[in-house]
Amino acid sequence: MEQHPNPESPIAVSGLCKSFGSLVVLDRITFQLKAGEVTCVLGRSGTGKSVLLKLLIGLETPDSGSIRLEGYDIASASGGELNEARKRVGFLFQQAALYDSMSIEENVAFPLRRHTKLASAERSERVHRLLASVGLEQDLDKMPSEISGGMRKRVGLARALALDPSVVMFDEPTAGLDPITAAEIAKLIVELRAKRHITSIVVTHDLHTARTIADRVIVLDRGKALFDGTFEGLDQSKDPFIAQFVEDAA
Amino acid sequence: MCHSMCGMATTVAPQPTLKDDVLAFLQPLRSAIEWTGDLGFFFWRVTKAVFSRPIEWAEFVRQLDAIGARSLTLVSLAGAATGAVLALQMRDSLARFGAKSMLPSVIVFSLIKETGPIITGLVVSGRVGAGIGAELGSMRVTEQIDAMEASAVDPHKYLVATRVLACIAALPLLTIAADFCGVFMGWIACTLVDPVPLRLFLSNGFHGVRFADILPPTFKTAIFGLIIGMVACFQGMRTRGGTEGVGRSATSSVVLSSLFIILADVVLVELIINIF
Ligand SMILES: Nc1ncnc2c1ncn2[C@@H]1O[C@H](COP(=O)(O)OP(=O)(O)OP(=O)(O)O)[C@@H](O)[C@H]1O
Ligand SMILES: [Mg+2]
Repeated sequence: MEQHPNPESPIAVSGLCKSFGSLVVLDRITFQLKAGEVTCVLGRSGTGKSVLLKLLIGLETPDSGSIRLEGYDIASASGGELNEARKRVGFLFQQAALYDSMSIEENVAFPLRRHTKLASAERSERVHRLLASVGLEQDLDKMPSEISGGMRKRVGLARALALDPSVVMFDEPTAGLDPITAAEIAKLIVELRAKRHITSIVVTHDLHTARTIADRVIVLDRGKALFDGTFEGLDQSKDPFIAQFVEDAA
Repeated sequence: MCHSMCGMATTVAPQPTLKDDVLAFLQPLRSAIEWTGDLGFFFWRVTKAVFSRPIEWAEFVRQLDAIGARSLTLVSLAGAATGAVLALQMRDSLARFGAKSMLPSVIVFSLIKETGPIITGLVVSGRVGAGIGAELGSMRVTEQIDAMEASAVDPHKYLVATRVLACIAALPLLTIAADFCGVFMGWIACTLVDPVPLRLFLSNGFHGVRFADILPPTFKTAIFGLIIGMVACFQGMRTRGGTEGVGRSATSSVVLSSLFIILADVVLVELIINIF
């Protein structure tokens, strides 16, 4: 079956279930994202937000349900198709997952080295620009073990954006950052949408950041998508859990 | 099973049935079979990755340096020590049979045919096996391997195939180094007791040695390299359970690869004797 990238819905998930042993983490999750939309996924710790992102990019396999990413059916895609889909996605891991045998500069250059034919001058120019966009102009030769957690996060962001993705998935991009840097990262995400029409799915605990960047929120609780809509809807929700969540975060 | 247990609970403690015994006995067997199956699948994936383009030259060369060049000192020392021990021990035994003049030949034959290759295999499995197991293991638990997959790079190709190939290429070269140091140290040990010129020692030692004596034992270590690379990468890639898991992977890489090297050696020695 031939697959065409579908600009209408870069990410479409339906009936997604995932358990680890007897622990049901995601139970029949369904949603579709629109191109250029920024969606925040909220939820308490351990509700499966990170697992959801990993499912979307094929790092975990679903028990049932379907996932379409950029027109590819992730659950049944071949290795080659999966890689084609992944090249269009920038992924930030919760713990950044920088390659610790490479310097910061090499970390960001890695996807470029693998998937583009840029000359080394162009590549390093691009790497510097990416790192500057997350506020890291210095220390490019340092190793990941020599920089702070927040800096690692920002290097991870720069690496995720290296291939000019059309979809980004960020797992807590602002966690552990000071308010000023967090605001800068939030601004970066908003710019990605405004300038390049990038579809983003952002996991966060930080309702304040979420409000400034998101068009849409999905709240996960005990395996279910408890809420899916806009922030106005979230604020008016009668659900006691959501009301509590919004109140505590405010 | 539950029925019988529930029924008996009030009277006597449930006797383990024969079926339970058999199952408990078979459990390790089952996980061993699973492990073997997984290893076979892994082997197939890596083999496919090795033969797919493009070849990861830069990473291969880096690994050749990390695995080969940096093992050179250790392997040379191990070879030298073996040579010295052989010289000291054999001198006594040979003298008893009045065959002391055979000493150089015994040292050379023993080293190149068996001692050099197996010592090299075991020493490298300790150093490199643990290194690869721990490195890939920690990359696994810190999600670096996931990150690589997420960047559309196949870790079996980029990380595993390069390491396995580097092991295969490095082992025969390291074996030559071990043989060389062993023979040289054997000469020194002989000379200290009973001075003999190096040239004479070598011409006596290599008298009657054919290429068929040297090449098969040296190149069989490529198979040791394959074993070390595959087992250590496999254990590293399947690491679970945080830092503790990394430690387990490093240990099991060494234990399993040394074990398989010894087993493979038995088979290979027999094969080589039959063929050459
Ligand atoms: N590989 C795994 N094996 C077993 N259980 C897992 C695995 N990965 C995640 N889990 C379980 O799935 C649940 C969801 O984990 P996940 O990491 O997605 O939480 P999260 O929503 O991202 O939490 P946090 O906000 O703290 O990051 C947890 O209960 C976790 O124990
Ligand atoms: Mg998480």
